[in-house]
Amino acid sequence: MWGILRQRAVVDGGLSLRRTRSALVSARSYAAGSKEMTVRDALNSAIDEEMSADPKVFVMGEEVGQYQGAYKITKGLLEKYGPERVYDTPITEAGFTGIGVGAAYAGLKPVVEFMTFNFSMQAIDHIINSAAKSNYMSAGQINVPIVFRGPNGAAAGVGAQHSQCYAAWYASVPGLKVLAPYSAEDARGLLKAAIRDPDPVVFLENELLYGESFPISEEALDSSFCLPIGKAKIEREGKDVTIVTFSKMVGFALKAAEKLAEEGISAEVINLRSIRPLDRATINASVRKTSRLVTVEEGFPQHGVCAEICASVVEESFSYLDAPVERIAGADVPMPYAANLERLALPQVEDIVRAAKRACYRSK
Amino acid sequence: MALSRRLTSRSTLISHPLSAAFNRFISTDTTPITIETSLPFTAHLCDPPSRSVESSTQELLSFFRTMALMRRMEIAADSLYKAKLIRGFCHLYDGQEAVAIGMEAAITKKDAIITAYRDHCIFLGRGGSLYEVFAELMGRRDGCSRGKGGSMHFYKKDSSFYGGHGIVGAQVPLGCGIAFAQKYGKEEAVTFAMYGDGAANQGQLFEALNISALWDLPSILVCENNHYGMGTAEWRAAKSPSYYKRGDYVPGLKVDGMDAFAVKQACKFAKEHALKNGPIILEMDTYRYHGHSMSDPGSTYRTRDEISGVRQERDPIERIKKLVLSHDLATEKELKDMEKEIRKEVDDAIAKAKDCPMPEPSELFTNVYVKGFGTESFGADRKEVKAALP
Repeated sequence: MWGILRQRAVVDGGLSLRRTRSALVSARSYAAGSKEMTVRDALNSAIDEEMSADPKVFVMGEEVGQYQGAYKITKGLLEKYGPERVYDTPITEAGFTGIGVGAAYAGLKPVVEFMTFNFSMQAIDHIINSAAKSNYMSAGQINVPIVFRGPNGAAAGVGAQHSQCYAAWYASVPGLKVLAPYSAEDARGLLKAAIRDPDPVVFLENELLYGESFPISEEALDSSFCLPIGKAKIEREGKDVTIVTFSKMVGFALKAAEKLAEEGISAEVINLRSIRPLDRATINASVRKTSRLVTVEEGFPQHGVCAEICASVVEESFSYLDAPVERIAGADVPMPYAANLERLALPQVEDIVRAAKRACYRSK
Repeated sequence: MALSRRLTSRSTLISHPLSAAFNRFISTDTTPITIETSLPFTAHLCDPPSRSVESSTQELLSFFRTMALMRRMEIAADSLYKAKLIRGFCHLYDGQEAVAIGMEAAITKKDAIITAYRDHCIFLGRGGSLYEVFAELMGRRDGCSRGKGGSMHFYKKDSSFYGGHGIVGAQVPLGCGIAFAQKYGKEEAVTFAMYGDGAANQGQLFEALNISALWDLPSILVCENNHYGMGTAEWRAAKSPSYYKRGDYVPGLKVDGMDAFAVKQACKFAKEHALKNGPIILEMDTYRYHGHSMSDPGSTYRTRDEISGVRQERDPIERIKKLVLSHDLATEKELKDMEKEIRKEVDDAIAKAKDCPMPEPSELFTNVYVKGFGTESFGADRKEVKAALP
């Protein structure tokens, strides 16, 4: 009950000053921005709290226990909860993912870590066919309350087989929920929501964001904090052009918005938070206000997340558009290793700025 | 060339009465030597080969030289990574050199090798150059993959080296596929598909092994058991860490992977077996001094005593060194000089690689396809950067 009250309060940002009816909350002062938290700590605390609250929640993956997590996201959990709640697996994704999904069939709540989502391809049959479709095929008898989490997309110099973004692939599948946090608050709120959710959730983190610190509100630090699934967040309000993106690219979009502001263009930046369900309402409402759309993602362009967003806007808000929709995405090539080529293969702030200016009919 | 330089010094030594008794012309010296492996082989469903390995003075010295070169190359890569000249992942092979070198000694360049991401020394063994290695590691245009692959993606097709793979276990079915093609083309060649103890539990290995056994493919699965799959010790990952037996109906051999001669003998044996009878598994008992990769200190799941213990008692280069000295093929000083030359060779290659430019931006779009039909490909801003794939 409190969780739902808080969800409503938090819809337009973690720094909301709206009070709920909770006595606990009114006794607290909202010192917005006084506390900071890394995304890593946010994720760790979210898993910790959910494990504490529900004994059915357990963690499984490579190096999640004794090694403290390949990226230290599960640090301390083995020591705190013991080997019956935190399981180190062999390097066998197809096997342990299948086992995780089976455990979820039987009512447990696994949090399965992929060391990167590239390795999830070894297990994708279980994610799609065994998890996503089961509730439908069984007419509601078998739901799958599982979370698949791990770093997604490009890191730095890790090459073609370790840099792919899987957002578009997973988000095209009905039955799955696909979330992509940006800030520490996103990480906490969305992961807690994912673990509590009765459906399979693909939780796409980003390795390069793990070490980044963000201000975090007292509300977000509370153990009952949760963000709604399926709701995007307007990170920065604007009136001239809408920039929609998720994960690490939100940071780039905010930087681009700063640069655009210097040139008199007011950009509205939307952080999707949820790729599936996609918050078409928020996106379209924004475009109806600004008349211009720039979508940004790190993954491959063809059939990407941006393509779906553009389609939605063209379908639902066509007469509001004053310029063609714009897509900035990863280059249409496997990720090269060389530093200069890698930079060319990924969206940069200047690409977002250029696209926004194009949409505003400004020359370079 | 280093060896001919030593020949000159050799001839001055020959004039010295004390050394005249010994034949020091080792560069072309194919005098046979028989070396006993330090440990016996353990066999599963086959008769183990003899512990007496045929070699020569030339081979013994070249083992020392090449392994010392591999060792020096990996240590230099460690420094380059810490200097941030190498990015991303870097998985080092120091400690495991005997496997690469012993295997090469038993086979030809028509036999294929495929491995995972710990591939620098395999590449060198297949005839790759130090310059190509360092240029690739630093993402420069003269790298063996033109800077586009990186540490985990070295290849040398003209020597039948098929990479260089980042996804644990994937290289094994691929290797069986190469063996399939070798049999299909009646090539009388075999494929060595290398993997680690971490990958040994992957289901796809058993699928590929089953098919290889059914179809009599000349696949040799080589498990480089360094006892740790990233940070997980073998006993925590495998119910049965007897990897040479995991083929069940497929024969296997357990080999001291720190003994280059044992490796050579086992690979020779495996090649003969595979050409006649289909797949076989070799388990190389080896050890890596570094952590899993440069991001892993390697000491949170192993004690420093264990690491230094292996280094003291089982180091593959030390073993060869002792053999060289006991067979009087070189003096301590000559070996030290050789090591100095090797250091210089590595340093020179690094200096040259540092001067090599990065790839041209147009390389972003090359080699997506062999035949692209002129299809469009895009950069991050599709309206700004595009290319037609030829």
